[in-house]
Amino acid sequence: MGTKYDVLVIGGGNAALCAAISARRGGASVLVLEGAPKFYRGGNTRHTRNMRCAHDAATEILTGPYTEEEFWEDLLRVTGGQTDEVLARHMIRESKDILNWIVEQGVRWQPSLGGTLSLGRTNSFFLGGGRAMLNALYRTAERLGVDVAYDAEVIDLVIEDGMFLAACLKRPINGETEIRATSLVAAAGGFEANIEWLKQYWGEAADNFLIRGTPYNRGSILKMLLDKGVQEVGDPTQCHAVAIDARAPKFDGGIITRHDSVVFGIVVNKHSHRFYDEGEDIWPKRYAIWGRLVAAQPDQIAYIIFDSTVVTSFMPTLFPPIAGQTIAELAGKLGLDPAVLEKTIAEFNAAVRPGTFDHTILDDCVTEDITPPKTHWARRIETPPYLAYPVRPGITFTYLGTRVNKEARMQMADGKPSANMFAAGEIMAGNVLGKGYAAGMGMTIGSVFGRIAGREAAKHARN
Amino acid sequence: MHGTKILDEADRLMTVCNSCRYCEGLCAVFPAMEMRRAFSDGDLNYLANLCHSCGACYVDCQFSPPHEFNVNVPQTLAVARAESYAAYAWPQALSGAFTRNGLVISVTAALSMAAFIFGFAALNDRSVLFGVHTGPGAFYKLMPHNAMAALFSAAFLYAILALVMSVRAFWRDIGAPIGGRADGGSIFQAIRDAGELRYLHGGGVGCYNEDDKPTDRRKLFHHLTFYGFLLCFAATSVATLYHYLLGREAPYPWWDLPVVLGTLGGFGLIVGPIGLLVAKSRRAPELLDENRYGMDVGFIAMLFLTGFTGMLLLLLRETAGMGPLLALHLGAVFALFITMPYGKFVHGIYRFAALVRYAQERRSEAGS
Repeated sequence: MGTKYDVLVIGGGNAALCAAISARRGGASVLVLEGAPKFYRGGNTRHTRNMRCAHDAATEILTGPYTEEEFWEDLLRVTGGQTDEVLARHMIRESKDILNWIVEQGVRWQPSLGGTLSLGRTNSFFLGGGRAMLNALYRTAERLGVDVAYDAEVIDLVIEDGMFLAACLKRPINGETEIRATSLVAAAGGFEANIEWLKQYWGEAADNFLIRGTPYNRGSILKMLLDKGVQEVGDPTQCHAVAIDARAPKFDGGIITRHDSVVFGIVVNKHSHRFYDEGEDIWPKRYAIWGRLVAAQPDQIAYIIFDSTVVTSFMPTLFPPIAGQTIAELAGKLGLDPAVLEKTIAEFNAAVRPGTFDHTILDDCVTEDITPPKTHWARRIETPPYLAYPVRPGITFTYLGTRVNKEARMQMADGKPSANMFAAGEIMAGNVLGKGYAAGMGMTIGSVFGRIAGREAAKHARN
Repeated sequence: MHGTKILDEADRLMTVCNSCRYCEGLCAVFPAMEMRRAFSDGDLNYLANLCHSCGACYVDCQFSPPHEFNVNVPQTLAVARAESYAAYAWPQALSGAFTRNGLVISVTAALSMAAFIFGFAALNDRSVLFGVHTGPGAFYKLMPHNAMAALFSAAFLYAILALVMSVRAFWRDIGAPIGGRADGGSIFQAIRDAGELRYLHGGGVGCYNEDDKPTDRRKLFHHLTFYGFLLCFAATSVATLYHYLLGREAPYPWWDLPVVLGTLGGFGLIVGPIGLLVAKSRRAPELLDENRYGMDVGFIAMLFLTGFTGMLLLLLRETAGMGPLLALHLGAVFALFITMPYGKFVHGIYRFAALVRYAQERRSEAGS
């Protein structure tokens, strides 16, 4: 029998590192098992950019207060009430202190650059993005004496009566293939990169999904825990999904494949038909719905179509728009029926009513007598070249997870709390996010519950 | 498509980065990039020269190799930067000096030093070269002051002319959208940014060298080198004024201003370049433009040689070694001057121009 750690953390992202640091600061010996190679360490944290924390006053990185109550209302709105209120309110309360705590762990927020950068009121941005944030956490963890192993794939967990005993490794670390620990923190992400698992709920459509983040979130730890009696939480079909460029890589395309040009044109499916109100709501709500909308279309593909008058209205894109001097030419390039697309655009143009365009508010540019309507920002598509982006559903992370309490302690299927198993991050995000998403919440869940899980795991180990 | 492979790659990367923008708080390159949606050759050369190669964006990038997007901004911009020096060099006939630059510099240095040695030996008899000379005017036993002043003024003026012509071409190329001359406020801002190496701070933690742990060592050594160089330059200028305005001839006593300035500067020019060379040799290869290693090393070695021979001359000026050492020192300085427009020295000039341009852009953006 080899060494035994106080706390074993499985996973290597924001939640895992916050747990490891907080456990280590609580006096525990800690081992972090990251299943990915070093470059890919950190799961989806590599691709994140900001975190949503409650705060009572403006700071140099936030333009105004964002109260606990307002945060709660935002969460209520995006989830449609599908959230554990006690847990969510607890998270929101704890998020206030995370703003400072995370800085103490070496993470730097992005200050305003005097005009170049527009700061948010609700969300704080990581200087250099998520990987910079992650690098800072790793540097701090290592400085504190946390042990970290990469390419450390866990193939089995030894759990008896809700009590974690050991983790079995695919490849030995220091000659050991079994790691024992007094407490476990599971922070190994969701299962969005496991296409076979997605197919159980989505069928063949899942073959057409693109996975925006890490290819390493295959949900193996989540599956082991659920199989060994941990209570599950959340709807397995629910996830954070957005419309991303169809030309993006299958995995790990990250933030840069997203599109926010929906409002500047129309969206059609492979039959050249419109299928949803492109002007329903402003960012960020619309951002979070189009992934699911496209997933419901035939072959899970759609085309954002606009004209040359709006090309500078949105951020530059990774992939250039596909262009045609005529609608028929564009249709040909997209593989759509030219006659149908011409008809769709002509009908849309005829339905557009004059108004004053302002994409920053819910303006009065509307359509009349057309289904579906475009209820804001409706303008005729008539200035060549005509342009298009093909889009597919881009899955960010899944919501099926392990049920936890306020201590981040896993709950067993029989209703009892586990003696020594804790969870943080995407693996338990479904407790807070029953459906829907608002920017920066994933990181809040990770940091807040990571910190709690580490603290509680250390406390358990030292008693 | 651009004129060169490296500009095509820089364009590809700036397109990737412009759709991400996570690095916008790290330095000046990314905010400048965000002011554009498409990139001309001049734009890319501007961004390349704005980059201080701190490495933060590489370490922070979720798409750096081995990711399939293969985003390596520091290395790509380093290559583009070096190619821009040759592209704007004046006269264009000498732009070839930037290829195999280390060889060019070292040969020039060796020839200059040899020329001074043989010149001294040929013009004077050997007892003068290896004689002991002290007191005011001692140096001019080997070479008349006016000849020395004329020779070095010519070399210096040529260097300035070549640099001005090169930077003019660069300025035109990057200044197209705004054009015109630089305003005082932007120049002052750029002097501050360059003077403190503001953008070598990796967004605040320091720059990246041999691993993913940032330090500020490279900044410190660069400061020693740069300010050492300026102090030496000031020493020479003060001595020239002493000579022509006050009629006081070198060598000066150790406590006099030219010697004090020169000693401090010489110390910087010895310690700084050694530190920079060590840092360079240790730096992660994926951050470097390895083909230009010779150019960087050549320039750093020239600075070191200038400082080192100057300090030796100061220590041994009352011995028989003064003659040969004076020849070596003058040879080093002469070579430094005439190779200035065709080596790593220009990085500071182009970067300063890029910083002025950036300050202008920021002002016009804030004003709009």
